[in-house]
Amino acid sequence: MLNASFDAIVPMLCVTLAALAVMGAEAFRSKGENLPIGGLGIVGLLGAGVATVLLWDRNATGFGVIVADNFALFITAVLLAVGVLTIMFSSPVIQRDGLPKGEYYALVLFSIAGMIMMASANDLLVIFIALEILSIAVYVLTGIRRDDARATEASFKYFLLGAFSSAFFLYGIAFTYGLAGSTRLDRIGAYLAAQSMSANPLILVALGLLLVGFAFKISAVPFHMWTPDAYEGAPAVVTGFMSTGVKAAAFAAFARVFLSAFEPFSAEWAPMVWLLAAATMILGTVVGVAQSNLKRMLAYSSIAHGGYLLVALVAANDIGKAAILFYLLAYAVTNVAAFGVIALLGTREAANDDLRDYAGLWHTHPALAALMTVCLLSLGGLPPTAGFIGKWYVFSAAISAGYYGLAIIGVLTSVISVFFYLRVVVMMYMAERQGPLAAPPRVAAVGMAALVASIAAIVVLGVLPTTVLDLAAASIATIF
Amino acid sequence: MLALIPLFPFAGFLVNASLGRRLPKSVSGGVASAAMVAAFAVAGTSVLALAGMPPGRRAVEETVYTWIASGEFVLDLTFRLDPLSAVMILVVTGIGALIHVYSTAYMHEETDPEYARYFSYLNLFAAFMLVLVLGANFLVLFVGWEGVGLCSYLLIGFWFRKKSAADAGKKAFIVNRIGDYAFVLGMLLLVTRFGTLDFQRLAAVVSAVPPEQGVCGAVSMATLLLFIGATGKSAQIPLYTWLPDAMEGPTPVSALIHAATMVTAGVYMIGRNAVLFSHAPETMLIVAVVGAVTALMAGTIGLVQNDIKRVLAYSTVSQLGLMFLAMGVGAFGAGIFHLYTHAFFKALLFLGSGAVIHALHGEQDIRHMGGLKRSLPVTYWTFLIGSLAIAGVPFLSGFFSKDEILYETFREGHLLLWVVAAVTSLLTAVYMFRLVFLTFHGERREGATGTHAGATGDHDGAIPPDVGATVHRPGADSHRQDAGSHLHDAPAAMAVVLVVLAAGSVLAGYIGVPHAIGGHNRLGEWLAPSFQVAAAEGGEALAPVEPVEEGGAAGGEAALELSLMGVSSLIALAGIGLAAFIWLRRRQLADAMASRFPALYRLLLNKYYVDEIYDAAVVQPIRIGSQEGLWRGFDVRVVDGVVNGTGVAIAAGSAVLRRLQTGSVRTYAGSMFIGVVVILGYYLWR
Repeated sequence: MLNASFDAIVPMLCVTLAALAVMGAEAFRSKGENLPIGGLGIVGLLGAGVATVLLWDRNATGFGVIVADNFALFITAVLLAVGVLTIMFSSPVIQRDGLPKGEYYALVLFSIAGMIMMASANDLLVIFIALEILSIAVYVLTGIRRDDARATEASFKYFLLGAFSSAFFLYGIAFTYGLAGSTRLDRIGAYLAAQSMSANPLILVALGLLLVGFAFKISAVPFHMWTPDAYEGAPAVVTGFMSTGVKAAAFAAFARVFLSAFEPFSAEWAPMVWLLAAATMILGTVVGVAQSNLKRMLAYSSIAHGGYLLVALVAANDIGKAAILFYLLAYAVTNVAAFGVIALLGTREAANDDLRDYAGLWHTHPALAALMTVCLLSLGGLPPTAGFIGKWYVFSAAISAGYYGLAIIGVLTSVISVFFYLRVVVMMYMAERQGPLAAPPRVAAVGMAALVASIAAIVVLGVLPTTVLDLAAASIATIF
Repeated sequence: MLALIPLFPFAGFLVNASLGRRLPKSVSGGVASAAMVAAFAVAGTSVLALAGMPPGRRAVEETVYTWIASGEFVLDLTFRLDPLSAVMILVVTGIGALIHVYSTAYMHEETDPEYARYFSYLNLFAAFMLVLVLGANFLVLFVGWEGVGLCSYLLIGFWFRKKSAADAGKKAFIVNRIGDYAFVLGMLLLVTRFGTLDFQRLAAVVSAVPPEQGVCGAVSMATLLLFIGATGKSAQIPLYTWLPDAMEGPTPVSALIHAATMVTAGVYMIGRNAVLFSHAPETMLIVAVVGAVTALMAGTIGLVQNDIKRVLAYSTVSQLGLMFLAMGVGAFGAGIFHLYTHAFFKALLFLGSGAVIHALHGEQDIRHMGGLKRSLPVTYWTFLIGSLAIAGVPFLSGFFSKDEILYETFREGHLLLWVVAAVTSLLTAVYMFRLVFLTFHGERREGATGTHAGATGDHDGAIPPDVGATVHRPGADSHRQDAGSHLHDAPAAMAVVLVVLAAGSVLAGYIGVPHAIGGHNRLGEWLAPSFQVAAAEGGEALAPVEPVEEGGAAGGEAALELSLMGVSSLIALAGIGLAAFIWLRRRQLADAMASRFPALYRLLLNKYYVDEIYDAAVVQPIRIGSQEGLWRGFDVRVVDGVVNGTGVAIAAGSAVLRRLQTGSVRTYAGSMFIGVVVILGYYLWR
C-alpha cells in the first residue's frame, strides 16, 4: 500500500530531486566552473513527464491527501511544459543578467513541485502547504534581480499581499474544519451535501474566505492589485513563469475545491464567481487598452484571461469543465512564449519592454516578430489559434449553461482586447524605430527553440484541438 | 482539390513573407500573381466539373479533417463548392489575379522588402477570402471573416508612414471588430439553439419550423446579429464609415477590397444562409431597409466629393446597399448577380483611377484634373465603359443586374424601396459622369501636378498616396518634375488588366439576361439551388425560397418588367445627360447650387457628419472611460504613480520602507479588504 502511495507523488518527487540536485551542484561547483545546471532541471522535469504519462488513468492516491487522477495529471503536464519552456528561456537571460544560476533554477523547480502538489492535493491543508511552497519561491524569484529597485519593490509588495491573502485562506480552512471536522475534500463534500441550503451561515463564511484566497492567487478583481506591479517588476522570464504556472496551479485547486467539495453549494458561490468573472474581464481588458508598457499590458491581459477561466468555472457544465483545462493549456503556452519574447529582447541594462521598443522589430528580427504575432493573435482569440478554440469553448459553455450575460461580456472584452494585442503587431510591422534606441540584441538559439516549440503548440492546438480536447474532457470527468 | 484553391495564395504568402526581402521584385510579384492564376485555374476546373453535374445536385463537399470534436458538437474543416461559392471563387480568384498583375506595375516604385510585404499581404488576403467563401460551416467562414479583417487592416495601413493611412487601417479594424462582436454572438446563439454550425444542416433544421414573427425568436435574433456583422464587413449603416477611408491604402488594394473581396463577404453570408434569413421576415425587412437607406445616403454623399477614389468608395457603399436591398426582399439571385457584375466594373473603375493617379504622380483631387482624355486614352475609354456599366446604361453588365434588383423589389411590393433604389440609380449615373467629365473632359485645370509636387503633406486629402514610400528615394524628385509636361498612359501590365476588365464590364451581364427581353437568366437558375434547402438524401427540396418562375408566367409580368426596364434605362440616360449638362456645359451651375444651398452642400461634403457624431458619441466616451476613468482614476493613481514617480529614484532598501509609508501597499490591501467585505457581507446579510 505504501508503494502505491509513492506512485502518486513521483512527478513532484522527480522535480524536487532535480531541485536538490541543482542546489548540490551549485554548492559543490568550484568557482568559475560552468555546470549545465539548467539541463539538470530539464532532466528532472522530463522524468516527471514520463511519470505523468505512466500514471495516466491509474487514479493513484498517495497518503490519502494526494491524488494523481487524470485532472491532476493534465495540470501537471501543463506545469511541466511551462517549466521546461521557462528553463529554456531562462538560460540566456541568466547569463546576460548575471543572475545566481543555482538559486534561480532551484527556486523554479521548487515552485513547480509546489504547483504540482497544489494541483493534486485532496486536502485543504495540503493545498495550503503547496500554496506556500510555490508562493515563497515565486516571491524570491520576483526580486531575484537585487540590483533592480523595481523588482525588489514588486517582490516585497507581492509578498506582503500574498501573506495577507494566505491569512484569509487559512481562516477559511479553519472555519471549514470547524464545521466539517475534516480538511479532506471528500469528507467536506459529504458533510456539505448533507446540509440543507439554508444552512449554517458559517459555511458561507468559510466559502467566502476560501474564495478570497483563490481569487488573490488567480488575480481576480478586486484582488488583482499586486499583479501589474509584480509582473512588471519581475524579470520577464519570471513573469512568464508565474503568470502561467501560478495561475494554472491555483485554478486547478480552485476548480477541485469548488467543483467537488463545495459543489453542493454551487448555487451560493456561482453568483459571486459570476461577479468576479465579469469584473475581472472588464477591468483587465479596459485598463489593458491604456498601457504602453508591454509587460504591464500583458499583466492586465493575464488578469482578463483569469476572468475567462472564471466564466468556464461558473458555467460548470461538461463543456465548461473541459474548457478550463484546455484554456489553461492554451493560455500557459501562449503567455510563456509572449513573455519569452520580451525576455529575449531585453538587455542587462534595458528591459526593452516598452511598446516603442517594438517599433520596426520586423526589420531587425523578422522571425521573432512573426512568432510574437502568432502569440498575440492567440491571446486575442483569433482563429485558427489555440486561444480561439479555448475562448470558443468557454463562451459556448457559458451560453449552454444559460449565462448569456457573461458570454456577452466575455465576447465583448475579447473583441476589445484584440485592439491592444494588435497594437504590438502594428508596432512591429508598421512603425519605424525612432530616436536613439539601440537595436535589440541577437537572440540565443535555445530561446529561439523554446519559442518555436511554443508556437508550434499554439498552432497545433488551434488547428488540431480534438485530441487535447478529448483528453481534457476525459480527465475532468474522472473527478467531478 | 478544393483545398488547393486557398492553399495556392497561402503558399504565395509564405514564400513572400519568409524570403521576400531577399527576392527581386520580378520574383516576389511573379510568385504572388502566379499563385492567384493557379488558384483561378483550379477554381475554373472545379466549377466546370460542377457544371457537369445535374442541376439539383451541384455540390461538392470536401472534408479536410475534423477540426473540433468533443461531445455532441462535431465540426469539420469542410470546403463546399456549390453554385453560390462557384460564383464567388471565380470572382475572387479571377478579379484577384488581375489585381495582382496590375499591382506588379503599380507598386513598382516600392523597395524590394516593401514590395514583397505588399504581395504577401495581398496573397494572404485572397487566401482568407477563399476560405470564407468555400467554408461549409460558420466557423470556417469565420476564420476567413477574421482573416480578411486583419489583412485589410494591414493593407489599408500599408503606407503607415502617412498618418491618415495608419488611422484608416485602424478605423477599418475597429469598426469591423464591432461587427464581429455581433457576429460571434450570432454564431454562439445558433450553435446553442440548433447544435450545429453547418450551413446545410442549419437550413434543414430551420426550414422544419414556420417563419418566425417578431424579432425575439432565436432565428430572428441570430440573423439580426449576423446581419450586424455583415454591416461591418460590407460597409452598411451604421458601420460603413471605414470603407470611404479605406481608400488610403494603395489603389489596387481598394480595388481588391471594394470589388472582389471583403465587402462582398456580408452579401455572400446572407446568400449563403438564405433559408435561415428567409425564416426571419423581420430581419429581412431590416436588411432591405438598411440596404436601401445606405444606398441613397452614400449616393448623395458621392455627388459632392472631390477625391476621385472617395467618390468611387461611396459608390461602392451605395451599390452594396442595393445588393442588401435585393437580399432583403428575398431576391438572393439578383443580389449575387449584382455582386458579380459590380466586381468587374468597380475593379475597373478603381484600377482606372489608379492609372490616373499613377500618371499624375499622386494627384487625387478631381478639381485639379480635367482634359486627361487625350493623354490617357486607354484609361479614358476603359473608365468610360466602367462608368456606363455602373450607371446602368442598357446592355452593359450593370444594367442587367441592377434592373433585376429594381424589378424584384417592385414585384415583391416594396414600392417605397423601389423608389429609393430608382433615385439611387439616378444619383449613380450623375456622380459617375460628374467624375468622368471632371477628370477626362474639358481643359486641364490649375493646381495640377507640376506645382503640386512640391507642396505635399499639408492636409489629408492632397497627400499623394505614395509620398511615404517615395520620400527617402533620391530618384523620386527628378522623376516628379517632368510630370506636368507630358503624361504617360498606364504601363502594359496595367493597360492589359484595364482592357480585360472593360470587356468583362460589357459582357458579364449576359449570363443573366431577363426573360422579358427574350434572354435567359442562366445565372439565376444556376444559383437557385444554393438558396434552398439542399435536396435531402433522395428527397424533394423542402421549401423553395424563391419560387422558380414557370415558363408560362403571365404576360403581364413580362410587360411589367419591360416597362420597369424602360424606366431604369431612362433614369440612367437622364442621369448622364444631367451630368453632361452641368459639368460640360454649365459648370458654374454646380457651384451656384452649392452656394444656393450651403447647408445642404456642407452636410453632404462632410458626409452627414457621421464620423464626427460617432467620435463624440462613442469614441471619446470610451477613450475617456478607459484612460481617465478606470485606469487613471483607479489603477494608475495607486499603481503607476508609485512605480514611475519614485520607484526608480530611491535605492532599494529605503524604497521598501518608503512604500510602506506612502501607503500604496495599504491601498492595495484596502482594495482586497473591500473585496473581502463585499463577499462576506453578501453571504452574511443577503
